Amino acid sequence: MTPAEETATPRELKLMSRSTYVKEAALKNLFLLCATMAVAGVVLIFLFVGWRGWPVFSEVGLARFLGGAEWLPTAGAFGILPLLVGSLVVTLGALALGAPLAIGAAVFLSEIAPPRVRSFVRPAVELLAGVPSVVYGFFGLLVIRPLVADVTGGLGFGPLTAWLILAIMIVPTIATLTEDALGSVPEGIREASYAMGATTWQTIWRVLLPAAKIGIIDAVILGMGRAIGETMAVLMVVGNAPVFFRGIGKPISTLTSQIVMDMPYASGVHRTALFGLAIILFLISMGLVALVRALSRFREETR
Amino acid sequence: MKRDAKNLTNAAALAVFWLAGLTTVVVLGAVIGYVLVNGVGEIGLEFIFTNPHGVNAEGGIWPTIVATLYVTGLAMLIVTPVAVLAAVYLAEYAVQGRLVRTIRFAADTLASVPSIVMGLFGLALFVESMGFGFSVISGALALSFLMLPIVMRTTEEAIRAVPKYIRWGSYGLGASKWQTVSRVVLPAAASRIITGIILSAGRAVGETAVVIFTMGTMINLPVLPTDPGRSMTVHLYQLAMEGINMPAAFGTALLLMAMVLAFNLSARWLLRRNRRMQG
Repeated sequence: MTPAEETATPRELKLMSRSTYVKEAALKNLFLLCATMAVAGVVLIFLFVGWRGWPVFSEVGLARFLGGAEWLPTAGAFGILPLLVGSLVVTLGALALGAPLAIGAAVFLSEIAPPRVRSFVRPAVELLAGVPSVVYGFFGLLVIRPLVADVTGGLGFGPLTAWLILAIMIVPTIATLTEDALGSVPEGIREASYAMGATTWQTIWRVLLPAAKIGIIDAVILGMGRAIGETMAVLMVVGNAPVFFRGIGKPISTLTSQIVMDMPYASGVHRTALFGLAIILFLISMGLVALVRALSRFREETR
Repeated sequence: MKRDAKNLTNAAALAVFWLAGLTTVVVLGAVIGYVLVNGVGEIGLEFIFTNPHGVNAEGGIWPTIVATLYVTGLAMLIVTPVAVLAAVYLAEYAVQGRLVRTIRFAADTLASVPSIVMGLFGLALFVESMGFGFSVISGALALSFLMLPIVMRTTEEAIRAVPKYIRWGSYGLGASKWQTVSRVVLPAAASRIITGIILSAGRAVGETAVVIFTMGTMINLPVLPTDPGRSMTVHLYQLAMEGINMPAAFGTALLLMAMVLAFNLSARWLLRRNRRMQG
């Protein structure tokens, strides 16, 4: 083959008519344009939410916005610390309850359940993911809240109710991803463990869970993202009092719920502050995605 | 002695895992069962097909059903061509590199954006800046950004699952790339692509925080895409928080869940049928 032929494009080799070549190239660029819509979406969200939220950074100031301990829009105080703490308390509590249950359910599905039980439980877990969050909130409000009220006193609005309902909601997310991670552990590793006389429990605890560790961490991080961004269900049970955490039965508020509560009547700086909250949420969720990607790169490198 | 301890530990651990699996099923059963038992008496032709009236929203919920299906259908129409072609690019044309990595990171980010952030984004861009007001089209545009990464991912997986030799056969017959993609690859992947679209539609039907700030809360039967409306999710939220008409809230919750389950089950059925046909 001569060098000239090596660099020849299909067009030059007359394999294609000019019109076909132009059409193919135009289509390729159209598809590329469609693919960049995802990037455009992220950029547009950042620009438009940021644009609306910007005045709160310039007028109230970053330090008083991020570090302020009081959220009193009527008094002009827009400190998001109580909301940030609220989101953190609600998310971590939900993870502490939901993650072990989800990982347990995933191990059950992947390693223990007989095929017939599995063919029933797995669809159930997936359907649990499809139930709208407002229905979970409704369930939490009418069923879980009164039960919590019996334990803590008061009306039952507060972190404990939010933990329980959010734990239920993140189970499907964490369980399906954990099951994927366990499924990608080679069968030979299980067989080797059993061949050495290990019990099912020893195989799970000493072999499978360590092997699937990073996948499980991914799953928990994504579950965390779901919990921190969850709006309606939390809003309906958490009580929506923008104060610091005072106890598991006392109303608090989160970044997401405060936006929905205040938005209908907010105006001026208050309204821009709500967009500022949205930007903070956006950055948190983006950071979690970046963390997951960094972890998966780490996993590929160490393999 | 030692063996006994080992077996005892094993039995105890297995019991714990069984418990975790059962708990999950029981919780699902509790949520569905509770809504079903309390809501099933409400649902009838009158509840579905009449308008709410009076201060406590007595009567039916017809306008909210129409608004929900309208906004979801419109969002599906918007997102399907864009997401499918984007997936075609990623699966068939793209060369691994910085651009593809950026697109994938953006899609992952978009998939995990909290729905309330998407709602405020829709409010800022479509409702206010573009002047669509609280309307079905604003809601559909905002929802389409939510659905985009889901449809993109499932479509890309579907395209990648089409065997290579089918493409070679097409190229061997002298077909161009686009002819191969449009006449061979996409038809072969069609049922899995449709499954992905249906799943994302199920997500859109259950979405609240996005539509409340883009479609509004006014009970209205939307006709034009520029009309406002109240989705079933928003209706349920309002009824539950005001606590004025609990029977209607249960009825709405049950219908909403039935709709989402119908979407998910039909997607599942389609996937199974497809698998059987391929043998």
